[in-house]
Amino acid sequence: MRDIEEMLNRQVVEMKPSGIRRFFDLVSEMKDAISLGVGEPDFDTPWHIRDEGIYSLEKGRTFYTSNSGLMELRQEIAAYMKRTQGLDYAPASEILVTVGGSEGIDLMLRAMINKGAGEEVLIPQPSYVSYEPCTELAGGVPVIIDLKNEDQFRLTAEALEAAITPRTKVLVLPFPNNPTGAVMERHDLEAVAEVIRRHDLYVLSDEIYSALNYTEEPHVSIASLPGMRERTVVVNGFSKAYAMTGWRMGWACGPAAIIRQMTKIHQFAIMCAPTTSQYAGVEALRNGDADVEQMRQSYDQRRRFVLHRLEEMGLPCFEPLGAFYVFPCIKGFGMTSEEFAEKLLAEEKVAIVPGTAFGDSGEGFLRISYAYSISSLREALGRLERFVERHR
Amino acid sequence: MTVLEEKILSVIEKNSRIDAAELAVVLGTEEIEVLNAMQHMEEDGIICGYHTMIDWEKTGIEKVTALIEVRVTPQRGKGFDDIAERIYKYPEVNAVYLISGGYDLLVTLEGKSLREVSSFVSSKLSTLDTVISTATHFILRKYKDHGTIMTRPYVDQREIVSP
Repeated sequence: MRDIEEMLNRQVVEMKPSGIRRFFDLVSEMKDAISLGVGEPDFDTPWHIRDEGIYSLEKGRTFYTSNSGLMELRQEIAAYMKRTQGLDYAPASEILVTVGGSEGIDLMLRAMINKGAGEEVLIPQPSYVSYEPCTELAGGVPVIIDLKNEDQFRLTAEALEAAITPRTKVLVLPFPNNPTGAVMERHDLEAVAEVIRRHDLYVLSDEIYSALNYTEEPHVSIASLPGMRERTVVVNGFSKAYAMTGWRMGWACGPAAIIRQMTKIHQFAIMCAPTTSQYAGVEALRNGDADVEQMRQSYDQRRRFVLHRLEEMGLPCFEPLGAFYVFPCIKGFGMTSEEFAEKLLAEEKVAIVPGTAFGDSGEGFLRISYAYSISSLREALGRLERFVERHR
Repeated sequence: MTVLEEKILSVIEKNSRIDAAELAVVLGTEEIEVLNAMQHMEEDGIICGYHTMIDWEKTGIEKVTALIEVRVTPQRGKGFDDIAERIYKYPEVNAVYLISGGYDLLVTLEGKSLREVSSFVSSKLSTLDTVISTATHFILRKYKDHGTIMTRPYVDQREIVSP
């Protein structure tokens, strides 16, 4: 028999496992560690949404839906995009219901990239862990744009311009951002959109945290700017806004030509998003706005609490205005992010993810999640403060 | 009512132990603003007290809570106010509500034992002139009170680290 290792796909074998995985294994060995390391809400899915999922099961709605997702759900997604962004998407041809936002990311890149043709995908980092591997699997070339603390980790027109080559095809726009909590406000997007139009690029706008925004003006989608809708696929979902991570429900909206190809891949790889989750999703979009607002306000309070504590302990941190993360700088300690995180875990039993899990430009930073109760945050930050004082 | 006052109420309704300094931090304002707003609301009787939720069942201390429906004859010119006052002045009475529907006042009452509660009802409540009838319901278990679920503690079921 041939060696099984030799039989495997080389590209997959050589793929780096997610940087967070290693840290996860380390934390798992530590029995009584407390964590500020999660990337999901601490709230339960609001009961009326869960109830709708249960009800759909009781009614025997246990079959496949159409590949694109329940028409009823796509209509609710269209209504959501209209009321939050003023954008019109046709439920029949421009909306696809996906298995979480992650699937939308994968599908968009696979639908756009020609394998091995040297087509480049611009990926601002630090950012979520999927963009780079998904680009590689799709046969594209990831080109990293390093976001900077002094820009509050926003993407600037200059940084974008500098990364563009004749082979650039797609820009990933991950805001509000995991892990930095950075947002792109209207004026930031306008500056970037001008460059995108001039170079005729396409945009994968990952807006999964769009509802968790603490700026005066609510989240602005780049697709709502002039000349951008026709070159943008917006990926969003239920996970963060409605506290529905385990339901695996997301959606993609974009030009029919792209959505058509994405739907084809989805049809062969996935078939359709989970039916129970889709019924719950209808209820979420229809009657969940108040829940989202309540959770958003709660996150905002915790955000202020964490920033205040970091200031008290003298850890520099720009003010993040989105998602549920803060991204303090630990460059003054003579340790790499990983060393800092591992030492903190060993000495104080607090798990905080090193910034480098989200790209090399996360070096010198930590991602602190505030998807925890204030009392949990107080305890964990107290330990962090002790650690900081000891190692300063 | 100012926006800040409303925000303060929404926080302290769930957590009355939070101090003014921390309230100021989470609401993004100054401590002095919070203290002033709280003082106003206390003076205006908007904030009526700071209580503690206790699940007495877990303490092993015997306590009985009863809900009593009371039908009364309203008095000319006074309505229900006088009779309500005569009832709520008893310290063992926890709450008195004027209710629409089949009866008039809903009285909640705490006592050490069934006997104590029933003796209150028969000797104090039923004997009031304007009381026509009472119906006493004993609470067997509190599942949820003041928006707090009492049957199970919160357990974080999430993976300890995730992207």
